[in-house]
Amino acid sequence: MDLSTTYMGLKLRNPLVAAASPLSQRLDDLRRLEEAGAGAVVMFSIFEEQIHHDAEALDHLLSAGAESYAEALSYFPDVGDYLVGPERYLELVHEASQALAIPVIGSLNGVSNEGWIDYARRIEEAGAKAIELNTYYLATDPDRPGSEIEQMYVDVVTAVARSVRVPVAVKIGPFFSSIANMVRRFEESGARGAVLFNRFYQPDFDLDEMDVRSDLHLSTPMELRLPLRWIAILYGRVNLSLAATTGAHSGLDVAKFVLAGADVVQTCSALLKNGIGHLRTMLQELESWMTEKEYDSISQMRGAMSQRAVANPAAFERANYIRILEEYKSRYAIT
Amino acid sequence: MDSRKIVIMDGNEAAAYIAHKTNEVCAIYPITPSSNMGEWADQWSAEGRTNIWGAVPTVVEMQSEAGAAGAVHGALQTGALTTTFTASQGLLLMIPNMYKIAGELTPTVFHVSARTVASHALSIFGDHSDVMAVRQTGFALLASASVQEVMDMALIAQASTLESRVPFLHFFDGFRTSHEVQKIERLTDDEIRAMIPEERVLEHRQRALSPDRPVLRGTAQNPDFFFQAREACNPYYERCPAVVQAMMDRFAKLTGRSYHLFDYYGAPDADRVIVIMGSAAETVWDTVRALNRAGAKVGVVRVRLYRPFWTDAFIASLPASVRAIAVLDRTKEPGAAGEPLYQDVVTALGERAAAGRLPFSLPRVIGGRYGLSCKEFTPAMAKAVFDELAKPEPKNHFTVGIHDDVTHTSLEYDPSFIIEPDHVVRAMFFGLGADGTVGANKNSIKIIGEETDMYAQGYFVYDSKKAGSRTVSHLRFGPEPIPAPYLIESANFVACHQFVFLDQVDILKYAKPGAVFLLNSSPWKPEEVWDRLPRRVQEQIIEKKLKVYAIDGSRVALEAGMGSRVNTIMQTCFFAISGVLPREEAIAKIKAAIKKTYGRKGEEIVQKNYRAVDMTLEHLREVPVPSAPTSTREIPPPVPEAAPLFVRDVLGTILAGRGDEIPVSRVPVDGTFPTATAQWEKRNISLFVPVWDADLCIQCGNCALVCPHACIRAKRVPSEALAGAPEGFPSAEWKDPQRPGLRYVLGIAIEDCTGCALCVEACPKKSKEQVGRKAINMAEKEPIHERGRRHWDFFLSLPDTDRTELDLSLVRDVQFARPLFEFSGACTGCGETPYVRILSQLFGDRAIIANATGCSSIYGGNLPTTPWCTDAHGRGPAWSNSLFEDNAEFGMGFRLTIDQHRQFAAELLGRLRDQIGGDLVEALLHAPQRSEAEIEAQRERIAELRRRLAPLNSAEARHLEAVAGHLVRRSVWVVGGDGWAYDIGYGGLDHVLASGRNVNALVLDTEVYSNTGGQASKATPRGAVAKFAAGGKPAAKKDLGLMAMCYGNIYVARVALGANPRQTLQAFLEAEAYDGPSLIIAYSHCIAHGINMQKGLEQQKLAVQSGHWLLFRYHPDLAAQGKSPLILDSRPPSIPLKSYAYNETRFKMLAMSRPQDAERLLQLAQADVARRWQLYQRWTADDAKAMETPARA
Repeated sequence: MDLSTTYMGLKLRNPLVAAASPLSQRLDDLRRLEEAGAGAVVMFSIFEEQIHHDAEALDHLLSAGAESYAEALSYFPDVGDYLVGPERYLELVHEASQALAIPVIGSLNGVSNEGWIDYARRIEEAGAKAIELNTYYLATDPDRPGSEIEQMYVDVVTAVARSVRVPVAVKIGPFFSSIANMVRRFEESGARGAVLFNRFYQPDFDLDEMDVRSDLHLSTPMELRLPLRWIAILYGRVNLSLAATTGAHSGLDVAKFVLAGADVVQTCSALLKNGIGHLRTMLQELESWMTEKEYDSISQMRGAMSQRAVANPAAFERANYIRILEEYKSRYAIT
Repeated sequence: MDSRKIVIMDGNEAAAYIAHKTNEVCAIYPITPSSNMGEWADQWSAEGRTNIWGAVPTVVEMQSEAGAAGAVHGALQTGALTTTFTASQGLLLMIPNMYKIAGELTPTVFHVSARTVASHALSIFGDHSDVMAVRQTGFALLASASVQEVMDMALIAQASTLESRVPFLHFFDGFRTSHEVQKIERLTDDEIRAMIPEERVLEHRQRALSPDRPVLRGTAQNPDFFFQAREACNPYYERCPAVVQAMMDRFAKLTGRSYHLFDYYGAPDADRVIVIMGSAAETVWDTVRALNRAGAKVGVVRVRLYRPFWTDAFIASLPASVRAIAVLDRTKEPGAAGEPLYQDVVTALGERAAAGRLPFSLPRVIGGRYGLSCKEFTPAMAKAVFDELAKPEPKNHFTVGIHDDVTHTSLEYDPSFIIEPDHVVRAMFFGLGADGTVGANKNSIKIIGEETDMYAQGYFVYDSKKAGSRTVSHLRFGPEPIPAPYLIESANFVACHQFVFLDQVDILKYAKPGAVFLLNSSPWKPEEVWDRLPRRVQEQIIEKKLKVYAIDGSRVALEAGMGSRVNTIMQTCFFAISGVLPREEAIAKIKAAIKKTYGRKGEEIVQKNYRAVDMTLEHLREVPVPSAPTSTREIPPPVPEAAPLFVRDVLGTILAGRGDEIPVSRVPVDGTFPTATAQWEKRNISLFVPVWDADLCIQCGNCALVCPHACIRAKRVPSEALAGAPEGFPSAEWKDPQRPGLRYVLGIAIEDCTGCALCVEACPKKSKEQVGRKAINMAEKEPIHERGRRHWDFFLSLPDTDRTELDLSLVRDVQFARPLFEFSGACTGCGETPYVRILSQLFGDRAIIANATGCSSIYGGNLPTTPWCTDAHGRGPAWSNSLFEDNAEFGMGFRLTIDQHRQFAAELLGRLRDQIGGDLVEALLHAPQRSEAEIEAQRERIAELRRRLAPLNSAEARHLEAVAGHLVRRSVWVVGGDGWAYDIGYGGLDHVLASGRNVNALVLDTEVYSNTGGQASKATPRGAVAKFAAGGKPAAKKDLGLMAMCYGNIYVARVALGANPRQTLQAFLEAEAYDGPSLIIAYSHCIAHGINMQKGLEQQKLAVQSGHWLLFRYHPDLAAQGKSPLILDSRPPSIPLKSYAYNETRFKMLAMSRPQDAERLLQLAQADVARRWQLYQRWTADDAKAMETPARA
């Protein structure tokens, strides 16, 4: 049985891809993902805010209180070079791409058109075979029309795609007036793949503490329906690769996405919940189903159940998988 | 041979450089100003840098200087080339080993940044009192006068000690040389090798203790033998000076820099000569040059090798024409016939004259003291000494640099005598510690010194406060070496980096006519700043014809994303207008320096600084100066008129930056100062202050409990008391049905607040309509400044709440207990001071406190103003600092006196029973004093006793009056940090706790040596990065509490105010009430943890939740009641250690620099947590079981 697939020109042994998650933070786990059968791995996301924040926080905290009092002109030893912001990330991408035979896909999360885009190039240099651009902007300004926001997305995709030679996939949320049109525009801007859909931190209220809490729950198989619908709609209408993400918990879910038209299916929550070994189970389930239904290959299945639908909910805050950034300095004290 | 490199470094680095190159073992202990030498050595070894034999030296931190000296002695005895770095009390702690090392003729060099030895007061600054205190040990003493000399003499000392076998102490002036940044030549490895006699190194190893060729040292000798054995070393000492001179000659051949044991400079036919050593020799040298150019005939002998003192060389150094000599000592030896160097010179001349071997007639010799504790010594003062020598009857045993109007020792001098040439750029920068001024200036020196032919010098003056501290940078640049180890008095460039300084210091008095004045005009724009200047400043600008430039620097900093750091901006301005370098070249070099400095912290930081440079050039403006002043604003006095005379006259003068002018007559003779002086220094360092919402407040007292600077206080008063309240004075009904009709008021000292916002963090009450708003919120100070000041004054005028009504185990009640520790100079958001303040609130009116040297002794007792204060009755903590190492013993001495005097009082009461009255005597001796009310009743009894004693005419009555105060239960506290309790003072603390005496120890555990800049202590947790633990501390934190509990009769508690304030109060009250020794270990978040200090309380919570910090109380009295004495106040660890640790830079920086090591240490530390929890839990259970068994039996 031929499980292989092609994603943005990359030949993968099967369509099951480990999505950006904490599981790609350690080389050992990355190796285990490969051993369990993953067709490719997407590294965890490095965030635009993180890049800015980490460097500034380190600089501030290492120098706070220094050169102020004669007995304590500094508070920390000079320990040499720091792996600030992207440095550790780039090192890990490099190590992973050396250690793994399957493609390693770097993931960059940001939305502004600032200097961080340069990191896409550095991720490429570190050995990533593709870049997944994870982008989401929370439009809170009532004076800013949607068209402007859409253009911002297009600009950032254009900038990233221009800065690297490897293919770039755009991972988006479902909150566009016209998803199909946006995917088409991303394609025109140089994107070679679309990843549907992102999930975000959503705010919740802690009624004991009277505080806003923001965290991420693992996805459930029910959540597969939204990307399933859109993959099905887009299949055949756009030329870029389609990746499904969110809600793929079993081999049967993978089968559904491929039938809808996905080139690859990313999974994350199922592995966090059941362990990395679950990936092997999912592949076995997929194969059993394909055997039962007498499919010989993935390419034979792809798009077999594609169809049309629409969806357009609203959002609350720019979030994603970014960890909550601690405030690293007081707003008031001069230190 | 590799070529010598021109480098910019300070004296400490220069000494450490040679020490690290020429040694195998460094045993160290931090002490200002020498700590940096050990830190450099440690860092270089951590980086794998090798000595000249290709080995990486071992650097080990010991528990004290005594320990370091012991380790040095041992390493030397076993054949390693070994060194140490120290100063002041540290050197004194090494004395016993120094005798041994010298007595055993062991080659070593101790590098000492000479510092004042504490006497009437501690001082971290430089003089020779420490090195003079070891001149009798048998160590050779070699002095360096400049940073270049430090590098050179360090090597000459190392070579000489190996060649002579006499151990050497190489010293240079603390701060003045140890911290002065100079452009120097770094010696090459080849040069160092060429100086070190290899065969002597091998001989040293050959003499080592070895079981292969065993010998015995350290014998005990008797009268028949000891004396002659002591004299046996004489040939080595006789030979030593010649060895040093030979090494100096070898060095001269190698480098071209020539030194002599005594270096004479001046007119060959000079009649007046100054003899001096240390950095001031440079000043005299330069003064001699200037005076002789003007036709004088004077000279200076610079003493290099002070011990062994070689009379021949000294006499030979003097010109035969000499008629009068002044010997200047940077130390004071009260009661001596003269200071040490003076005595040696007199002896040398006298001996030779008496023997008829003096090649010239005996000159008159006078001695004088100068420069104690880094007191300025300027060319004007050197000239005054020469002038004195010219007098027919010159003053002997004089002082210079102060005004002694009591014993009239001081020489007059003319401060306008300035010899610095105009082509030397002399720039002064007034900045805040927090704005990065010093760092930027160090950068500028590197730029100019390393990339141009100019010589550069930098020296930095800091103030005595840790929060909002002011810095003054003194930078000189010129075409020749700069022999000016004194502060700039006449600057051709003056920069003021904070507008508010113009109201606090007379900055422009340092500007020479025609100088450039650069001002950060924020909050004003350059165009509007002129009219905002105080009138005096305008007058100075006009009179001195200053060229004025201004930039709205703080706004530019904010827009460039630099926050409050104006450093890069003001540095750019300096280069743009000072003309030191061509502008374009200067800007390019600044950018290159930025890349070098910040590159390792990430490209973002580099770009941000580049942006700041570019924006600066767009916003810098020249300010047109009108012909007449326009301002009507006068500079306010440093302290208000209402302050006591001593505060106004003495402390106020220090505050105004004119402390040098205070004459001897106005100084306390024995180091005794009034308390309660911090209240007069309104520092106004925060732009944001808390504002109370009286309607929303639930009156819990949390804000007052956590305030590190005692700026938030509460009172409950009858409504009538508020009759005269100023407009808008907030109050609320006191929410206590038991006490209806009272008003609750919260006072906020906005002028003393440092803006930490811990109060807001601690406030539990959120607005129902707007949950982000609390009952106390930060607000901009400026709009509410005047009103806030009036409100605070009125608040102070309201009566304090009666202590006898309070239950001090409740946070809600403690807020009403008046703090007797206020407005200290501690860091913004300090984690220690809330505990200290709580101590003062609970027991302050009967407390006597011994405070170990460290942060708490500095914010507790550093002049000018101090925070310990008094209540409405004039009672308050009596406080003293003895040393770092002896604090527990010092406090135990308090207890011994109190117990002795109480016993004596009891004896006298018995003897005078009939006159005083039996009932009163019984009550005085036996009435309980557990509660505040009972203590108050005892005070009334003592007052009655005094009334009854007054008419009695007997010695016994007078003695009883003198000791009667001790009949009130005294609260004896020994307070200090973890460096004291875990390391240097542990032996003493252990002994005092074991003594069973009623002494309470409060350990403010920041888990690091905070005061000296973050060196690891045994309290440092595993995996945290600290100096001397740059790779993360490998070993687990010492469990001091557990060790104390093992005695069984010590009350022990571990507390964390941010995690459980109630338990903290309970522990303080139980410890104090326990009639025996007690130990409280208090988690104190610290700036050295690398945290947002506003989140300090949150970190305390996480420390407890993660199990890093277990809360417990061990109460020996419970055992007597058949209960387990150990009460675990913590719940089982509920979050991973990482969730606590990785909020702190001290842990996270390891993850960012050595991720694998960080992960390994974190795992071990997590295992520590589990093990600790099990151990404590088991102890609780086992104790309970153990208690049960005898009960059943």
